[in-house]
Amino acid sequence: MQIKKFGLAATALAAAGVLVLAGCSSSPESDTSSASATAIISTNGSEPQNPLIPTNTNEVGGGKILDSIFAGLVYYAADGSVHNDMAESIDTEDSQHYTVKLKADQTFSNGDPVDAESFVKAWNYGAALDNAQLSSYFFESIEGFSWDENVEEMSGLKVVDDLTFTIDLVSPQSDFALSLGYSAFYPLPASAWDDIDAFGQAPIGNGPYKLASDDAWQHNEKISLVVNDTYQGDRQPKNGGLDIIFYATQDASYADLQGDNVDVVDQIPGSALASYQDEFDGRSVNQAVAVFQSFTIPARLEHFGGEEGELRRAAISHAINREEITDVIFSGTRTPAHDFTSPVIDGYSEDVEGSDVLDFDEAKAQELWAEADAISPWTGEFKIAYNADGGHAEWVDAVTNSIKNVLGIEASGDPYPTFAEARTKITDRTIQTAFRTGWQGDYPSLYNFLGPIYGTGAGSNDGDYSNPEFDALLAEGRSLSDLDAANEKFQEAQTILFTDLPAIPLWYSTVNGAWGTKVSNVEFGWNSVPLYYEIEKSE
Amino acid sequence: MTGYILRRVLQAIPVFFGTTFLIYFMVFALPGDPILALFGDKTPNPAVLEQLRAQYNLDKPFIVQYLLYIGGIFRGDFGVSFSGQPVSEILARTFPVTLRLALIALVIEMVVGIAVGLVSGLRKGKLFDSSALVVSLIFISLPIFVIAFVFQYVFAIQLGWARPTVGSGAPWSDLILPGIVLATISFAQIQRLTRSSVIESSGLDFVRTAASKGLSRRRIVPVHILRNSLIPVVTFLAVDFGTLMVGATVTEGIFNVPGVGNTLYQAIIRGEGPTVVSFVTVMVLIYLVVNLVVDLFYAVLDPRIRYVK
Repeated sequence: MQIKKFGLAATALAAAGVLVLAGCSSSPESDTSSASATAIISTNGSEPQNPLIPTNTNEVGGGKILDSIFAGLVYYAADGSVHNDMAESIDTEDSQHYTVKLKADQTFSNGDPVDAESFVKAWNYGAALDNAQLSSYFFESIEGFSWDENVEEMSGLKVVDDLTFTIDLVSPQSDFALSLGYSAFYPLPASAWDDIDAFGQAPIGNGPYKLASDDAWQHNEKISLVVNDTYQGDRQPKNGGLDIIFYATQDASYADLQGDNVDVVDQIPGSALASYQDEFDGRSVNQAVAVFQSFTIPARLEHFGGEEGELRRAAISHAINREEITDVIFSGTRTPAHDFTSPVIDGYSEDVEGSDVLDFDEAKAQELWAEADAISPWTGEFKIAYNADGGHAEWVDAVTNSIKNVLGIEASGDPYPTFAEARTKITDRTIQTAFRTGWQGDYPSLYNFLGPIYGTGAGSNDGDYSNPEFDALLAEGRSLSDLDAANEKFQEAQTILFTDLPAIPLWYSTVNGAWGTKVSNVEFGWNSVPLYYEIEKSE
Repeated sequence: MTGYILRRVLQAIPVFFGTTFLIYFMVFALPGDPILALFGDKTPNPAVLEQLRAQYNLDKPFIVQYLLYIGGIFRGDFGVSFSGQPVSEILARTFPVTLRLALIALVIEMVVGIAVGLVSGLRKGKLFDSSALVVSLIFISLPIFVIAFVFQYVFAIQLGWARPTVGSGAPWSDLILPGIVLATISFAQIQRLTRSSVIESSGLDFVRTAASKGLSRRRIVPVHILRNSLIPVVTFLAVDFGTLMVGATVTEGIFNVPGVGNTLYQAIIRGEGPTVVSFVTVMVLIYLVVNLVVDLFYAVLDPRIRYVK
């Protein structure tokens, strides 16, 4: 899932000194006997940037709605663990050929059956080049997918009977089943195909909630959801519905929370970060989520290639005081990074070999820098590019100051006015400086934080990093059907990253949320969205 | 009179084309690819990028894009936003909200500003005048977001007199607080303008004549002083109405008003050409109409003004 340009600041303005996994948001157990099964929970959101079609939604505003009104083959629990939702079973012997069996008698809220066809057709639609769906790359690994021509039906998807279909991948992928809970893999009802544009404005799903009416999406204001009685999965709502109110600013949603006009918010404005946990004592959360922040130094930059580059990258990494910056700039609402993934992901470890390159060590930094200077003396200025519309200036200045003070070189931030401009320079490779990068996990897997960003030629490999050894380890890990064994390979691959440092890890974001007095049982998921269906509210 | 109006309307045509062209060009010239930004920090496959660029006509040269857009407008088609809504629907949804907000602000600043200004002008140098000066200076010097945050915190969150943000459907009652905030800035200016204008007219011959004819103060003040002092104030109000229609971005953001400022800001950030240009075009039209109405209104206020062909 893409981090929205404003949302990045939002997720960025998230907080956590404690590495607690989901669930440790201890709310005082208010007496649930008064909880009402019909009460409507209100929460914050943002106007979806795209029509509400699962394969065309890649930002949190729309994603939050889709996750509530659709159900995929599997769903993610608060801790990121994977459970069957629509699927009865997903079987594979070689991590390359999968057989999916669906639970019987499940329907969409309009009565259309949730059958093999509803998945296969939706995926084929999402993958077809002519439909230009934002999330089409999720189907890249299915046999028959093409970036060169329009493919109406991928050969890798076959309907066996009403409740069974098979998936053939081009290569083994041990974490493929993990990714099936992502919104791109949701099914679509048969009625969607009559008019997909109209469907995008008033979608019909198979999830715990459904739209309250055809015009429930009041643009720029809110969307109203009510419980969908036809949903039979585990995510049974304990409330009567969900009002997602679209806020233009974080301040507005926080003001509403203070005025008790909204029940749950999952973003806290920067001005309140230091105080919100006291103000909402026992009704707030500050927990790690699957967001990793870094800055990338492309290998093509002068002084950053070969052995000299390796030394300079390590020196820069040692020169950044992550503890102090997360404390001072973010009021302790970030956690210094220990690797390239996220602490909420299964298989995460703080002590991957080589991760000591992330420790703040002035002497070591200066020594490494001097060694690099011996190879070729340093010239110029070290700059980190960022988009000025995302609230990054403060930490970029702090990081470059840290580098400047330790290494005694000129270092500064290089702001671009808008996100679009920065992304364009990065994508067409005309940027001649290091640049800010961030990644929010699409699904809870170590691979998702490594392959798409550092794999040779991978879609989001903006620094053009390439290391055959790293690629080989990733491929090896993906071919193993045992997840623990696979994770071991991925961690081995990370040790290579710690030497090459294609990006300099900075910190993990946390989600900062709080809720009002009327609701209880509020829990935030690994992807920083509250589990709305669990929330109880007294009237 | 009719000829005058006709000429003014005809003048609006080149203004319309000029502004749409300029704004479209500026959005076009904005650095950065809006389609690329749709993908966030992830880099899309070039094939998908091309498809999407073609879908929004972004792959065509500037002049072709502009002509396609203008052609669409004349068929009543203002284009489509990235979220798949017709821009005409967005316009129809947001303008009434902002219009109502602007009206509330305008009425408040007009009533309070003129009343305070009049009393200040009549009692020049007295305690009321000095106090009004201090208050208006405070309002003029405070940035609007400070006033907005303070009002929101005190009146909505602490005292609970209003909702902190504007609810669904933007009911009138929710718009009063942001309306007051918007009114504070212009209130000060209207008050100063009215005051100086009243002081000036008070010393003019016709006022002295009226007084020496034995007319009562009750008659002189509203009919002879106030009416003749209102011309600069009316001009200011018209300009201010235009500003309120377009410039409430900050206040709309703080109170979460689903209006023009908020929507336009998002559209600019996203680089949605059709949305931005359509909004600005409607704003320009509003500005033109308001100014025309004001010019005509002068004649009502001041019989000395006549419109010639």
